[in-house]
Amino acid sequence: MKKFILATLLLSASALPAHAADYVIDTKGAHAFIQFKISHLGYSFIIGRFNNFSGEFSYDEKNPGASKITVDINPASIDSAHAERDKHLRGKDFFDVEKYTTAKFVSTSYTESAGGKAVLKGDLTLHGVTRNISIDVQQIGAGADPWGGYRRGFTGTTTLTLSDFGMNYNLGPSSKTVDMTLVVEGIKK
Amino acid sequence: MFHWLSALIICGLFALGLWMVELTYYDDWYRTAPDIHRSLGVLLLIATVLRLVWRRMNVVPAVLPTHKTWEIKSAHIAHTVMYILLFAVFISGYLISTADGRGVQVFGWFEIPATLHGIQHQEDIAGEVHFVLAVSLITLAVIHAAGALKHHFIDRDNTLKRMLNP
Repeated sequence: MKKFILATLLLSASALPAHAADYVIDTKGAHAFIQFKISHLGYSFIIGRFNNFSGEFSYDEKNPGASKITVDINPASIDSAHAERDKHLRGKDFFDVEKYTTAKFVSTSYTESAGGKAVLKGDLTLHGVTRNISIDVQQIGAGADPWGGYRRGFTGTTTLTLSDFGMNYNLGPSSKTVDMTLVVEGIKK
Repeated sequence: MFHWLSALIICGLFALGLWMVELTYYDDWYRTAPDIHRSLGVLLLIATVLRLVWRRMNVVPAVLPTHKTWEIKSAHIAHTVMYILLFAVFISGYLISTADGRGVQVFGWFEIPATLHGIQHQEDIAGEVHFVLAVSLITLAVIHAAGALKHHFIDRDNTLKRMLNP
């Protein structure tokens, strides 16, 4: 009988999703950011972000390679802290948000190495162009939050070339690429 | 005086506006053209307010006896609508530049502060409105000018002459 109970416990414990879990990115509480940084003439930088996006990911501590993430971004929510510039960025010279109303990232692979570092690959659809990009990821931490939930967070960095996504407006030789910094905090479902 | 100066500035602002949005980042006028457009726009707004005050304080010239009733009526409607459109264009333009709370600089002399700002996509909506209304205003102004030319060349009265030489 004891053995049976033990076996049952063990079984149910292993059946429980102890580590593998689905998370919803906490955009509601704004604990996630899609930030960009682009050179201004080679002398300084412009930093901005996309305010509206949503996404989900799954992460399994036992099998990190199976992790997945999907993020939907509203390109019209671009915010560089200057209305006239944002208007220009939303227009035909850049994002053309009337034509391309959505942007999306869907992961294709996740390769974790030591110290919570990983390389996340996935298809980014932006301005009507889909390209496989690679993001350097650092897992920051995971654990209980003070309100009864469970959270896990990552940061990611990558560099995108504007012309790869069909944006060919001349901003100068120093401004052909944009550095992306991503902060993703998920709440376990 | 107000009339012809306004006509010149309105046509100038319209052309400048169409031209400046096509400029690219490394064009010399990329920053200057919008600065001039905004500044002239604010000055024209002030001039238009003064013009209406002037109009109030002075006797509006009587219509010529040869003018037909439909001419008087349609001209009157056109004038009123042009004033309304003019102010709507001023306001929508102002709302683009001040959408993030920044004021509008007038040739670096003074600044008009932002009032209504922070509406979601304010700069995009105001931009569309500004464009559509400006095109409407110019269209109406062309009809208005055609009316004046009709009086001069077809009716052969001195409607246009007395505008030129009051």
